[in-house]
Amino acid sequence: MATHAGRLSEETADAGVEQAVPAPASGHAVQVQDLHRSFNEAGGVLNGLDLDIAAGEFVALIGRSGSGKSTLLRALAGLDRDVTGSGAIRVPEQVSVVFQDSRLLPWRRVLDNVTLGLGGRDARDRGRLALAEVGLEGREKAWPHELSGGEQQRAALARSLVREPQLLLADEPFGALDALTRLRMHTLLRRLCERHRPAVLLITHDVDEAIVLADRVIVLDDGVVGTDVRVDLDGRRVQADPRFAELRSHLLAQLGVEEPADDSVDSRYAGSRGAGAARVSA
Amino acid sequence: MTILDSRPRTSPRTAGTSGADVDQRVVRRRLGPGRRIPFGGLVGVVVLVACWCVGSATGLIDPRTLSEPWTVAATARGLVEDGRLQEGLAVSAVRAGLGLALGIAVGVVLAVVAGLSRVGESLVDGPVQVKRSIPSLALIPLLIVWFGIGEEMKVITIALGVLVPVYIHTHHGLRSIDGRYAELAETVGIGRWEFLRTVVAPGALPGFLLGLRFAVTSALLALVVVEQVNTTSGIGYLVTLASSYGQTDVIVVGLVVYAALGLVADGVVRMISRKALTWRRTLDD
Repeated sequence: MATHAGRLSEETADAGVEQAVPAPASGHAVQVQDLHRSFNEAGGVLNGLDLDIAAGEFVALIGRSGSGKSTLLRALAGLDRDVTGSGAIRVPEQVSVVFQDSRLLPWRRVLDNVTLGLGGRDARDRGRLALAEVGLEGREKAWPHELSGGEQQRAALARSLVREPQLLLADEPFGALDALTRLRMHTLLRRLCERHRPAVLLITHDVDEAIVLADRVIVLDDGVVGTDVRVDLDGRRVQADPRFAELRSHLLAQLGVEEPADDSVDSRYAGSRGAGAARVSA
Repeated sequence: MTILDSRPRTSPRTAGTSGADVDQRVVRRRLGPGRRIPFGGLVGVVVLVACWCVGSATGLIDPRTLSEPWTVAATARGLVEDGRLQEGLAVSAVRAGLGLALGIAVGVVLAVVAGLSRVGESLVDGPVQVKRSIPSLALIPLLIVWFGIGEEMKVITIALGVLVPVYIHTHHGLRSIDGRYAELAETVGIGRWEFLRTVVAPGALPGFLLGLRFAVTSALLALVVVEQVNTTSGIGYLVTLASSYGQTDVIVVGLVVYAALGLVADGVVRMISRKALTWRRTLDD
């Protein structure tokens, strides 16, 4: 497996792409300043949002329905056409998007979906390697409808990663999967991100998913960054860890969900709203 | 923890019946049409011909109304032997083929222009709808004035009949493509030409093929009509000539040839559809 990664990065280096494997936390992958977006006169969806994501950083974005998560992601992906707004956005050259649905073209075989729009003579080889990385070797010639939901989403991941993105935008990519498949996908995504080191912005409804996967969790509230917490759980992130539970309750509280009373939740993260805001504006 | 499920691994249904090895599955009645019948497309036609044979043999059908199948077969053999049938068929096939090709090309181009550009839509869609409400056959007098009574007029009449179903179904197929695929195409950064090739063409293909089935029938319909207007060759000429001599058997041979042409053409299009659309999972499979 390691050889795959090596070859992939080597090839992109030959192609003259800079930062194929960006060093973690060197410079910013994403810079958003004072972003406003609204769909109608009534009110904005994003109201002056500021956000920085470092290169190679994994950020999970949670928030209630309608809090502007998808709007922000679409703005970063350059897909927000029917909205009005202002603000400055800086994103890297190579951005990949993973949607909630796998969005595989039903009339193209899996490998052709992965290599869609990919130039170069080695495109098919790169596609095969990417499929092998997500555990779909041997399924290159299958039609999308022959894959299970989890496999389809893995193929979509392969399609994103084969482009060696400096920024990976994922809009609830596991939202439609069953719980077991979800857990497997978490492991896979973490492994892939550790290998390719893209900056990641992952939208999710699932607080546990956010904590398990991300370096940083952001709660979007009324179109601005409400809470910005660094996940300092080293090693294995398991729900049995009391710090996990603590962070979870804190984030759920930010989302307006009160868990059954638990005195062990101390004030460790109580100041994080202020701290987060300070950090973002810094 | 206690193990809750410790039942023996045989289902109660098979255990209850005496023959333990008999596969007693409960198979639900399928709501789809079920498995494909081999050569199923021909069954209806064979039944029809069989009725014709029985009707003629029992004297239920007067030979002056409709010739017996064997008389028709004999006449057909005679026409083949003196070469008139092949000659007529070749001329008719070329006419229909040219008209079909021209109509398909124009229909597809118009559908893509109208489907992918708003300006194209406002320019193209109106005129095609206008054309749609005027039957091609009603245009023949005008086309004769413009192009004379030669092959040109015939091919153009057929093409005009073909254009409309191809346009309508291709346009509809194209517009029915899931908008999310266009969004995906944008995020993977492919250009307009690549978008046409990888998303639009395959996405509109099912619509186009349905249009093609209608188009083939339209082409034959137009062919029959134009071949009865001042023609000196083709199957239609054969039929018109026979009509003035009261040769029912020759007329029927002509009709059978038209029917066979239509059946073969439709079969070809359906076969292409099945081969080209293997990626779909529908009730057809």
